[in-house]
Amino acid sequence: MASGQAGTTGRTVRQIRRGAGLYVLLLPAFILTLLFAYKPMYGVVIAFKDYSPALGIMDSPWAGFKYFEKFFQSYQFDNTIRNTLVISLYSMATFPIPIALALMVNQMRANRFRRFFQTVTYMPHFISTVVMVGLMLILFSPSTGLLGNLYALFGAEPPDLMGSPGLFTSVYVWSDVWQHAGWDSIIYIAALSAVDPSLYEAATVDGASRWQKIRFIDLPMLLPTAVTLLILRVGGLLGVGFEKVYLMQNDLNLTSSEILSTYVYKIGLLSSQYSFSSAINLFNTVINFALLIIVNQIAKKTSSNSLW
Amino acid sequence: MMETRNAAVAAKTAGGVNTRSSDAVLEAVLYGLAVLMLVVLMYPLYFIVIASFSNPSSVAGGKVWLWPSGFTLDGYKELLKHANIWIGYRNTILYTAAGTAIGLAVNLSAAYALSRRDLPGRKLLSLYFIYTMFFSGGLIPIFLTVRDFHMYNTFLVMVLPFSVSAYNIIVARTFFQTSIPGDLWEAAQIDGCGNLRYFAQVVLPLSKAIVAVLGLWIAVGYWNSYFNALIYLKNPDLYPLQLILRNILITNQMQSGMGSGEAAQIALRLASLMRYSVIIVSTVPIMLLYPFVQKYFNQGVMIGAVKE
Repeated sequence: MASGQAGTTGRTVRQIRRGAGLYVLLLPAFILTLLFAYKPMYGVVIAFKDYSPALGIMDSPWAGFKYFEKFFQSYQFDNTIRNTLVISLYSMATFPIPIALALMVNQMRANRFRRFFQTVTYMPHFISTVVMVGLMLILFSPSTGLLGNLYALFGAEPPDLMGSPGLFTSVYVWSDVWQHAGWDSIIYIAALSAVDPSLYEAATVDGASRWQKIRFIDLPMLLPTAVTLLILRVGGLLGVGFEKVYLMQNDLNLTSSEILSTYVYKIGLLSSQYSFSSAINLFNTVINFALLIIVNQIAKKTSSNSLW
Repeated sequence: MMETRNAAVAAKTAGGVNTRSSDAVLEAVLYGLAVLMLVVLMYPLYFIVIASFSNPSSVAGGKVWLWPSGFTLDGYKELLKHANIWIGYRNTILYTAAGTAIGLAVNLSAAYALSRRDLPGRKLLSLYFIYTMFFSGGLIPIFLTVRDFHMYNTFLVMVLPFSVSAYNIIVARTFFQTSIPGDLWEAAQIDGCGNLRYFAQVVLPLSKAIVAVLGLWIAVGYWNSYFNALIYLKNPDLYPLQLILRNILITNQMQSGMGSGEAAQIALRLASLMRYSVIIVSTVPIMLLYPFVQKYFNQGVMIGAVKE
């Protein structure tokens, strides 16, 4: 008995010792994650405190849910949540576009054209957000931009795309499609290249048209990938990125362009209300996390696709 | 004439004129749409290029459509006068080089360790990283952590704290699991090769595809991001190119406080011309990176699509 147990412990010890090199490889990432991802997670308690830099996180007095209530009662609550949701749902509605693009690329028989098309559709992805928004400001300028000149050709009055709250979301979403749809299609193109060619051959023998092959072979092949990506999108429903929205913001469109992440930044770093900002941020994170779990559960129940 | 009839006969024998004509329609729609998309994607970029070589008044007046009007290099000459652009350029190159090297080292080594089934605690350690994808301390707690470590406003904050990416680790882990044969490790072990040496001398040379793909992702990320610089840097001498670009393209700091009169008019025109040339100069280098790694791309992205 005793020797058997010693044998098991001995084996574990041996296993760990043999894995020592592996732990060394793991260590840098482990420590960085601990310091810059997990330590701040503890720091989230300042959302429940009246944080004062002089006292530090530990010694600042507790404030309970004061800052959450403050946010729920502020007029920015409705506004930021609605704007974030609208942008998010609008973006999500464009998720079939990369799929359509992948189906198109997959149908291209002319190899050279296909490669050229792919390269051109990927290229805009490499433009930085700053340059992208700068480009939009230049091109969409009603007085001096390309768009203004186009309208002038027809003697029409150009819309102010960058300066009107009603158009903000459309401009945001469609410029995103312009920039990233090609890149986002890569993953679907990869999935399509894994289709067994004998499926197409069998379909041809059965007299299927190309359209039917797309409908009954390609689309079902893409479904699992699409569902996985969609789940992740829903998990990020309230997680609209800061970078582009913040750059596109101006006094004219602020009513539709103030979202949770830009508000968190302004409250936190521009006006130094650390606890208030952290509370809004935490609220956002918790909702995202809950959504992800719910959607994943639904996906698990209704299909065989889920993240875990 | 002859050909068409032959085609018709062939179509009939192959089982229905309908199918074939629908395929032809599909083909026409496909290439028509593709060409339209190419124009929509390429023209704005082409316009920026020709506008950067044109007289700004011609651009604003709608005289530039297909080629430069009033050819000039003034925009590029003007760039040379702005030292902060070149300081930003240098900083970005340094951040991108150091950040990519650190990111590759940290993520690849962790990914390899996690790919080994004989690593004790493998599942828990994987969760440790994956969890950070869905939950984060948020802007302010992370900001306070960085400040506590005296990294605020340093070179280091731009390349080290946020170098771990759970997503990159998962992608690389899947790559190692699927493309490095397990027998290789057994053989190396018999030869007395340790884990570290095995990783450096056997695994890495076999993993050029994933090194190329992750390297591209990380490098593009560093080159294009402005968020960390906006949050963590105060000293303009540390600013990366994107933050300088933001001042030029978005907040128009170059144009403010210029007074009036003819000199101001010229300065204003040069500033607007410089916006085009600065876009070209800042974006072309990172776009040039892509063709070099393109051949590895399908392989790399395919791995990203595989779910474990």
